[in-house]
Amino acid sequence: MIGASRWSRVAFACGAALIMLFLLIPLALIIVYAFNPSNIQSWPLSGLSTKWFSSTWHNEEMRHALWLSVRAGLLATAIAILLGSTAAFAVHRFRFFGRDAISFLFVLPIALPGIITGMALNSFISFSGLTFSLTTIVIGHATFCIVIVYNNVLARLRRTQPSLIEASMDLGADGWQTFRLVMLPAIATALVAGGLLAFALSFDEIVVTIFTAGAQNTLPIWIFGNIRLGQQLPQVNVVVLFVIAVTLIPVALAQRLTRDAGLLRTTAPRTA
Amino acid sequence: MTAALAAGRAARMRVSAALFRRPWMRAVLLLSGPGAWFFLIYLAALVVLFISALWSVEPFTGKLVHHWTLDNFKALVNVSTYRTIALRTIAIAAAVTVTDVVLAVPFALFAVRIAPQRLRAVLFVAVLIPLWSSYLVRVYVWRLILSKDGVLNWVLEKVGLGAVNVGYSNWAVWIVFSYIWLPFMILPVWAAIERVPDSFIEASADLGARGWRTFRSVLLPLILPGIAAGSIFTFSLTLGDFITPTLVGGAGSDFIGNVVYDNVGIANNIPFAAAFATVPLAVMAVYLLLVRRLGAFEAL
Repeated sequence: MIGASRWSRVAFACGAALIMLFLLIPLALIIVYAFNPSNIQSWPLSGLSTKWFSSTWHNEEMRHALWLSVRAGLLATAIAILLGSTAAFAVHRFRFFGRDAISFLFVLPIALPGIITGMALNSFISFSGLTFSLTTIVIGHATFCIVIVYNNVLARLRRTQPSLIEASMDLGADGWQTFRLVMLPAIATALVAGGLLAFALSFDEIVVTIFTAGAQNTLPIWIFGNIRLGQQLPQVNVVVLFVIAVTLIPVALAQRLTRDAGLLRTTAPRTA
Repeated sequence: MTAALAAGRAARMRVSAALFRRPWMRAVLLLSGPGAWFFLIYLAALVVLFISALWSVEPFTGKLVHHWTLDNFKALVNVSTYRTIALRTIAIAAAVTVTDVVLAVPFALFAVRIAPQRLRAVLFVAVLIPLWSSYLVRVYVWRLILSKDGVLNWVLEKVGLGAVNVGYSNWAVWIVFSYIWLPFMILPVWAAIERVPDSFIEASADLGARGWRTFRSVLLPLILPGIAAGSIFTFSLTLGDFITPTLVGGAGSDFIGNVVYDNVGIANNIPFAAAFATVPLAVMAVYLLLVRRLGAFEAL
């Protein structure tokens, strides 16, 4: 059909090229702006320089926010790996009353708009008398990270032969040995991929974090605050380049590790 | 030493045999962690939130009043500011969805049906990279691009079109949302086009249909579920957002999310915030029912 005439092919090619530029130019600009020597963020840049890199690195506020984000990401990822994989095992292995309802419940935190998850957790925190701390951030992040690990592990379990487990039992292994020597290697890459995605998601998350962090600054909240007030923008430019790398690399790695889970399944909507 | 090891192993065997004979025990053990987390923290939190929508706040002390009332919902309907904000949010979400369909369909058509194999792989990566990059960072760079002395105006000046003033306006919000969610539309549409067999297109051509007619009568009905699936993302993600309107919008760009955020953080009126938060939820529920008829869930 399309491609019947040469002109329509050319028209389509031009349109696709423009859309590709639309998709990629902003990302290229992020790289360029990190080297902007000026305090003013206007285009064209007056030159290129790495002069903001070292002052950014020595910015105490930024370091503090980065450290908080790293800790929250690691803890939330650990919880997500533990709870997400046990949930996946249970849902994969057993048929029980309310099984569909449970898998729906796990998906809710990323299916609902982020403000709703954020507000709900915010009310929960104030009702239960908790004070805002690293713990409250981790509670929020783990809640939407669990589903990422859950999806990855469940997809892998569905492709793993159940006869492997039977064979292991027949050879005299107990439940723990079967888990350690047969199941764990089978799901290892899915676990790692889920963990990487969970960390990337947590590291970039802002909406739920705003509602669960109180006065603390994670890295995205630090960036958001500075952009809004127009402060420390040269340093924001540098941090932002770093954040792109930290979010892009784990997801690309995870994608390589699990080619079975489907695109939209492994890359959850980020913020909303 | 060996005796202790043997005893340990015997105990483990007993536990594992007991668990093997009682599958429900294994299920309960596995589910207790994640189940407790979701029921005690998340579900409890959601319930508390929507119950509090029916409460109110003492205006002087700022304390919650546990009195059943529909005042929060009445205010949503009666106060024109809130009506405007709700309508703006829904209208921009719809505009973003339409824009992304218009961009995604020809792009995916070209990639799947016209582009050679190599180019297709390049185009695919060009969609994935923005999808995987930080959301906040992409919004920020658009703030730079659209500002008065940003890249957009520089390009427009160069080609002689003259500068425009779209920064910090609803136009900016529309452009940025369309950019941010575009990959979420392209991927399901791409997958839907890939599923259409070549023979259908050839049959249509054999029967004398030109390109446009084939697109409208053969291809479009077949890829509609994919478009509907993508629209779930573009529509619902826009509805619930407040970061983008805050960063690239202007004085008249508040979304439902902004009001919710202000009421939680600044005004400390959680009941009203909760009531307003039910609006995108209700809109989304209706929308999901609609697109389910188009087969959107099968195309996710």
